[in-house]
Amino acid sequence: MGKPTGFMEIDRKKVTWKKPAERVKNFLEFQVEHDLQTREEQGARCMDCGVPFCQSSYGCPIHNLIPEWNDLIYHGKWDEAYHRLRQTNNFPEFTGRVCPAPCESACVLGIHEPAVTIKDNEAAIIDRAYENGLIVPNPPKIRTGKKVAVIGSGPAGLSAADELNHAGHWVTVFERADRLGGLLMYGIPNMKLDKNLVQKRCELMVQEGVVFRTGVSVGQDISAAELLAEFDRVLVCTGATKPRDLPIPGRKLKGVHFAMDFLTANTRSLLDSSLKDGQYISAKGKKVIVIGGGDTGNDCIGTSVRHGARSVLNFELLPKPAEERTDEFPWPTYPRLLKMDYGHQEALETYGRDPREWSITTKEFIGDENGNLKALKTVRVQWSKEPGERPTFIEVPGSEEIWEADQVFLAMGFLGPEQPLLESLAIEIDPRSNVKAEYGRFQTSHERIFSAGDCRRGQSLVVWAINEGRGAAREVDKSLLGYSNLPG
Amino acid sequence: MAMRMRPGEEGLYSPLYEHENCGVGFVAHLKGRESRAIVTGAQELLIRMTHRGAVGAEKNTGDGAGILTGVPHEFFKRIAKAEIGIELPELGSYAAGVVFLPPEELLRNKCKAYFETVLIEYGIKKLGWRTVPRNNSMVGPGALDSEPSMEQIFLGAPEGMDSQEFERKLFIVRKHVANALRGNAEYDPEHFFYVVSLSSRILVYKGMLMPEQLFDYYLDLQSEDFSSHLAMVHSRFSTNTFPSWDRAQPLRFMSHNGEINTLRGNMNKMRSREGLLASPLFGGDLSKSFPINQPDQSDSGNFDNVLELLLMSGYELPEAVMMMIPEAWQRHPSMDQKKKDMYEYFSNKMEPWDGPASVAFSDGTYIGAVLDRNGLRPSRYYITDDDLVIMASEVGVFDVPPEKILEKGRLQPGRMFLVNFKEGRIVDDSELKSFYANARPYGQWLEEQKITLENLTTPEIVPDLDRNTILPRLRTFGFTLEHLHEILKPMAELGKEPLGSMGNDAPLAVLSDKPRMLYDYFKQLFAQVTNPPIDSIRESVIMSLKAYIGPERNLLEITPAHAHRLLLEQPVLTNSELAQLKYMDYRGWKTKTIDTTYSAEGGAGELTKALGRITTEASNAILEGYSLVILSDREAGPSRIPLSALMAVGAVHHHLVKNHERTQIGIIIESGEPREVHHFCTLVGYGADGINPYLAFEAMWMMDEDGEIEGQISRQRIEKDYLTAIEYGMQKVFGKMGISTLESYKGAQIFEALGLATEVIERCFVGTSSRIEGAGFAELAEEAKRRHELGYPQGNPSVGGELVNPGDYSVRYGGEKHMWDPESIANLQIGVRQNSRYHYNLFAAQQNQRSTEQFTLRGLVKFKSGTPVPIDEVESVESIMRRFVTGAMSFGSISQEAHETLAVAMNRIGAKSNTGEGGELRERYKPLPNGDSKRSAIKQVASGRFGVTIEYLVNADEIQIKMAQGAKPGEGGELPGNKVFEVIAKTRHSTPGVGLISPPPHHDIYSIEDLAQLIFDLKNANPRARISVKLVSEVGVGTIAAGVAKAHADHILISGHDGGTGASPLTGIKHAGLPWELGLSETHQTLVMNDLRSRVVLQTDGQIKTGRDLLIAALLGAEEYGVATGALISVGCIMMRKCQKNTCPVGVATQDEKLRAKFTGKPEHVINFIRFIAEDARELMAQLGFRSVDEMIGRVDMLETDRDVLSWKSKGLDLSRMLALPRKDLAPSGTICCIPQDHGLERVLDRELISLSKEAIENAKPVQIHLPIKNTDRAVGTMLSSEISRKYGLDGLPDSTIKAKFTGHGGQTFGGWLARGVEFVLEGDSNDYVGKGLSGGTLVIYPPKQAKFKAEENIIIGNVAFYGAIQGRAFIRGVAAERFCVRNSGVEVVIEGVGDHGCEYMTGGRAIILGTTGRNFAAGMSGGIAYVWDPSGEFVGKVNTEMVVPEVVSDTEDFEYIESMIREHIEKTGSTRGKDLLDSWNAEKRHFYKVVSPLYQRILDQQRRKELVHG
Repeated sequence: MGKPTGFMEIDRKKVTWKKPAERVKNFLEFQVEHDLQTREEQGARCMDCGVPFCQSSYGCPIHNLIPEWNDLIYHGKWDEAYHRLRQTNNFPEFTGRVCPAPCESACVLGIHEPAVTIKDNEAAIIDRAYENGLIVPNPPKIRTGKKVAVIGSGPAGLSAADELNHAGHWVTVFERADRLGGLLMYGIPNMKLDKNLVQKRCELMVQEGVVFRTGVSVGQDISAAELLAEFDRVLVCTGATKPRDLPIPGRKLKGVHFAMDFLTANTRSLLDSSLKDGQYISAKGKKVIVIGGGDTGNDCIGTSVRHGARSVLNFELLPKPAEERTDEFPWPTYPRLLKMDYGHQEALETYGRDPREWSITTKEFIGDENGNLKALKTVRVQWSKEPGERPTFIEVPGSEEIWEADQVFLAMGFLGPEQPLLESLAIEIDPRSNVKAEYGRFQTSHERIFSAGDCRRGQSLVVWAINEGRGAAREVDKSLLGYSNLPG
Repeated sequence: MAMRMRPGEEGLYSPLYEHENCGVGFVAHLKGRESRAIVTGAQELLIRMTHRGAVGAEKNTGDGAGILTGVPHEFFKRIAKAEIGIELPELGSYAAGVVFLPPEELLRNKCKAYFETVLIEYGIKKLGWRTVPRNNSMVGPGALDSEPSMEQIFLGAPEGMDSQEFERKLFIVRKHVANALRGNAEYDPEHFFYVVSLSSRILVYKGMLMPEQLFDYYLDLQSEDFSSHLAMVHSRFSTNTFPSWDRAQPLRFMSHNGEINTLRGNMNKMRSREGLLASPLFGGDLSKSFPINQPDQSDSGNFDNVLELLLMSGYELPEAVMMMIPEAWQRHPSMDQKKKDMYEYFSNKMEPWDGPASVAFSDGTYIGAVLDRNGLRPSRYYITDDDLVIMASEVGVFDVPPEKILEKGRLQPGRMFLVNFKEGRIVDDSELKSFYANARPYGQWLEEQKITLENLTTPEIVPDLDRNTILPRLRTFGFTLEHLHEILKPMAELGKEPLGSMGNDAPLAVLSDKPRMLYDYFKQLFAQVTNPPIDSIRESVIMSLKAYIGPERNLLEITPAHAHRLLLEQPVLTNSELAQLKYMDYRGWKTKTIDTTYSAEGGAGELTKALGRITTEASNAILEGYSLVILSDREAGPSRIPLSALMAVGAVHHHLVKNHERTQIGIIIESGEPREVHHFCTLVGYGADGINPYLAFEAMWMMDEDGEIEGQISRQRIEKDYLTAIEYGMQKVFGKMGISTLESYKGAQIFEALGLATEVIERCFVGTSSRIEGAGFAELAEEAKRRHELGYPQGNPSVGGELVNPGDYSVRYGGEKHMWDPESIANLQIGVRQNSRYHYNLFAAQQNQRSTEQFTLRGLVKFKSGTPVPIDEVESVESIMRRFVTGAMSFGSISQEAHETLAVAMNRIGAKSNTGEGGELRERYKPLPNGDSKRSAIKQVASGRFGVTIEYLVNADEIQIKMAQGAKPGEGGELPGNKVFEVIAKTRHSTPGVGLISPPPHHDIYSIEDLAQLIFDLKNANPRARISVKLVSEVGVGTIAAGVAKAHADHILISGHDGGTGASPLTGIKHAGLPWELGLSETHQTLVMNDLRSRVVLQTDGQIKTGRDLLIAALLGAEEYGVATGALISVGCIMMRKCQKNTCPVGVATQDEKLRAKFTGKPEHVINFIRFIAEDARELMAQLGFRSVDEMIGRVDMLETDRDVLSWKSKGLDLSRMLALPRKDLAPSGTICCIPQDHGLERVLDRELISLSKEAIENAKPVQIHLPIKNTDRAVGTMLSSEISRKYGLDGLPDSTIKAKFTGHGGQTFGGWLARGVEFVLEGDSNDYVGKGLSGGTLVIYPPKQAKFKAEENIIIGNVAFYGAIQGRAFIRGVAAERFCVRNSGVEVVIEGVGDHGCEYMTGGRAIILGTTGRNFAAGMSGGIAYVWDPSGEFVGKVNTEMVVPEVVSDTEDFEYIESMIREHIEKTGSTRGKDLLDSWNAEKRHFYKVVSPLYQRILDQQRRKELVHG
């Protein structure tokens, strides 16, 4: 390790964000990377732990070699840092931007001090690698002649396709949307993840031999039987795209949308026409309420602010989290902490109040005579928890409130994969409606069909999708060749 | 115990591991005049050294005693006539000897008849047999059961045969008969037959007796006409108590007090030499005496065999001894060149038999003695004016009026003491050696014959870095990123071996799913108790890596051609050096290169086929006249798999040994494998003569090209630094086992194999212990194949696959698994902080699973089902908790906060914490107002003796002698000056900012009898505390523990290899020591078999962390359990593994103020952890049906191997020896501790001192005492000081409150830990350890007033005086032996001369030496001052200047101090040397040197300036 006392001498410095007032004017990324020296110093804060919790099950699901590349950064060995990073992570440009960084909450330095800026360091490595021309096509030397179909081009599908291609198989990726990337393309707004990065990555994969077929819906445009006839293996990575609904009175009122519909249309229009075609749900001038306090909810806030909403509020069923760790989330577990994300910050700046309301549940959508949404009726809840039990809540009597609103985005998570495809492939599902396939094996009830990502494990993080994509690729490879050089 | 014959291997017990140390001595008449007084004097001498021997479980069964005398002609003449009616011829023309025979008459007669037929064959006349009259009424039942029948045989010399020839015939007859009969099913099925001696010159009587029984037993010895001109006696302290009449000593020509560490290598080499042995003196008879080394003997027996062979073939006795135990000549600049040449020449014939030794030898014409090269055994002698010479391990064992004494001396390291009876004089060492050194032109022979690398041309093309292929090769040879960064990089940059910390929690090689290197299956053995490890750094003067290699010649000849060998300065070869050897064609020397790779295509059989091929090629190379073979894996590549270089060298070496050919060719390794110190040690340890680690060089050059090596360094410099680091590390590993030279380490196989199948051992590593079986050739071939596939994968490599793997020192994804994984640490910490049994259960489940997922031996066993009992009937949780201790972690390695938290926690639950090495702040002895106490119940006594004051010892419930520690057994430690903060210095009684060194050995424990002495000392220092001895698991630890139990320890800790907190060299962490399961089981089994288990409590530690672990420890035999890593994790440690860097981010292992503030651990956390384990254990006990822990101890029958958890690699494991139930019938007194040890404290002189000092102790009133003293009065003053300190602490009494004057010979540890206020005056002399731990008292020692010898030229006190002394003063009129003032912290002393290694490791105090010093003065002396008077100008050359600078004294203050101290010295001792000096002070004062470390001087000056300012 380069600097044993680095953590004692250097303070944590996150990347800075452009001012809210400035950044809400467009959908461009707003992070401002540090100068080289500052970034390299941030690498020196890493303690090269004997037991690096950042790589553990509490930390990075793909076991990024964090202490190693932090050290390499500190020594200015950016190229080697990239190679180390690439060893475990197919797409650091995605995780370096959108990952909630469980590595940082598991960081040992974080016990007593602010953790190492692992995520920013990761992004810095990959961005520099692009700048320095390290990311060049590197097609496999040997082709096995085996063919693999990957259904879905989200992070799981892409990472699996990348791995399988490097193993020498011919890989075709089927994507029902018009653009590649799945959630990476349409689920995450451009200011958080620049779509050029997704496109560049897919183009690179094409140059390396991966075939992408967009606008093809398996089960409709191509039958399961055809797929199985043409390909030696099929890998299902269709994600958990079924949104959780809120079946309360007034759900059918105009102005009540699923968050994903809002975000998808916005990005598509942005990319097609810089929002000039009007093919999106505009929040301009609207009184917006976003239901659901997760990342998607926050993305809806940010997007609404950019559209020029009149007001934006955000409802969350759970209570307001603590600002620092409590016994409920002891180190190194991933803590649920109060976090001012970019959308919250922008709403606060724009409308003068923190948009978030905690411990609140919506009982009814109230509409006007034209079937337009007019207001929401809510009630406050009280949470309690018995040791060893899951927390429960009761409604607080007399806490009903009415909130004016003409647009609501439901961002309450996802229930699992859409079923028709699975039915057409005739593979078994588990009680939660996910594809049934053992983690680590990833093989479905059909021996030539494998599955990975959110459609198998349920809604999760991008980095878990990559983990599963890589793992499944290794299993597919093994089933084709009898051995595998893929690390999994 | 009822046993006629020594048991063979049983369970983990093996007779191979037996050790012995002893008392030895002789009395002789210089002019060879016989007398009865010499025999009776020797008897007295023997009895007065009884405390150096041992008794076993039975009070009246000794370990062995014996006597060697000249032939008592008058006595023999009389009894031969009277008893068997024969007239003996004149002295010299007949031989006699005692023969042990089977008790059964029939067998006995058959043996005798056979003996007689052999005599006829050699033309020797039998004169008669005579039954040896004996009285066995006082002998214990154990000895009685195995007592042989004994007869004396008289043989007549054939007419006209000269004396030498007769002796040679007797030698062949004896060997011939013994080889034929002993153990022969028809004649002697129970191994009774043994010829004690058979000679016309000397005679031996010996047996499994106690010293005082010897003369009572052998009636012959009581005869008034049994007289002799010499009598050598020996009393044995064996580590076990099995019956052994034949192993008693003296042997035929010698007695040995010591241990031969390199025995296995010496024996293999002797076996190899048999192929070329020839001597015209023997004609064709010589081979009848083979094997030279008879089986089933102790190390001393083997030494005697070879010594005898040399003597019989024409070497003179002193010359033969010089060859076998040479001085440390290699690094001795001032040694006479001729002598050096002789030693160097001898080194071509034989390697040293290395180890601590005091050998007394005699063939009747000479009697002499020699000490090992490092002087690790005491030997003192007197010469009287009536020509008597008395030599013994101690003084005071033979009464001589002081005025009759001409000289008092000691044996010095490597020096010989010889009485030549023919010439009637003592031949001094330099005369003797100069005689032999001039006997032949050795220097000229060497000059003409030897080959060095400089003689050889370097080929034009030397292999270089090949970047194109290096990465796959690195992978094939198992290199990891950690190897590059953590091992090679620091070695290349700094020339140093890297450090690590927090022990080893990765799986054993055989349990790992990863392909592991063969080296990982070998664990380095290390010295503990029975011989000392050596400080290879501070005592480097005795180390050497130099060796001659290539064909040896007939050992029994001395010709110039014997020197025609290749000299390597060290065994690691650069690429160009290897090329020189590979292509040499020089004066008949050529080299054959043998390819050690095999086809990747074939199956597992390829590997063994390759072994067959290379061993045949090696044998052929000898026939073809090659001088060297190179075993090379350069051919390794995509289609060729390299054979492990270790396997290759082992196979070739043992193949050649088996065929008696090994010494006819040299073996060089050219391999990509070796990279770390351990690899080189194993390769050399299994026979490699030279090693070229080409891939390690390439890896470093590659890193250098990539800018990863700091600084601008040339390739040659990298090579050089790397070689320096490897050499340094190798010497350290040799030192761990107490071996000093590469020559004797080579082939010595100082390893235990862990997890290798017999087929592998039998073929490649013959004689290595491998106790649990394991991987065979098929599994090892699979590992090699997997590694090869990593290097040359089929298909496409993975992205990043071109990089090397991570490693296994730290947890790294893709690297080796670790027990302390993040989940376990997190669950444990959450569990103890939130008092959540739920989280502990998660933790325990994970740990137990990890255990079974091939991490630990205990993971491979499961409980048999018992009959459950209700849990409320099981011993309470609280009671189980009291069986816990926390491991020894010094305050210094961990923070004050962490240290005190552990102490408070353990005190709250009635368990024990351990101070670790480094003392304890006095403040902690007082309880806190809230009732808590920070006092650690266990006070550790380690080799550095830091802070080991009388007060510290008095405040202990248990005193633990740390013989070794799991993370680095056999190594010392170092606390660099920047870590010696104010408070640490205060605790350790040292100076802030001045570094502290813990020596590898306790300098008062070089042997088992020394340990017995230290136990006795400490028991005197605190009779209420139990004395514990901490050992580390390794093969043979059971027999060591048996010895420790016999040395009267109350408690034994068997520590596992995997524990370890704090920093150690990586080599030690990874490759030394074994799991506690094996050590504990072996210890329990051995103690039970010896009926010693009832006397000691057994404790174990090493990654114990769940109830399951506790149960397994109990079932394997442990009554108590230690936790260390687990306890630290409970208080916040997150296994940073950076303890050595002082940057612990959680304040546990750091002294940095800011970081210490981050410590958040609480006593409750530790208590919760221990309670969880206890609850967990209690639940399991209920399930298995145990109501108490005591019921479980040793119930190994409740465990069985869990075959389900074995893997492809481990399926061959066999735990049956570990799970063997020892024979309880051998342990009538019990199999759990139930009988207190008898420490013999009732009879000590201090009882009288204390009663005479009553007034002083109670009322501080002055008292004066006069008492006689003898050598058996040991630790005098210690118990008295204990009484004082218990009352007054370290402050003691006002100066000179108690004044005691003794006359006679002080026993060991005279004045040990003497408290302030006590002044001892001794008129006489004293043995070893004078003033050990001196805690404020004053010691004055001078020779008897009537003595005529010059005090300043004669020895007055023994070895290791003032070891670990804290404060006080001493005035010694006379000379001290070796290691004077070693690790002195603060005592001021005046003396008139000292031996080698004076003031070693001193950290404070002042020594004024008014006379000569030995070599290596002030080694490791970081503090304190020595003033040495040196009129001869020789002193400066003897100083080890690594830390100190000797300068002529010029400062007035210094002169004033010296002068006043000399004045006091004269007053107190009557010193004439002192008086002479002061009489001509102005002339003499300029001869004073001051020896001080510049850093220490600077700190002293700073302190003085501060005092001036603030004063």
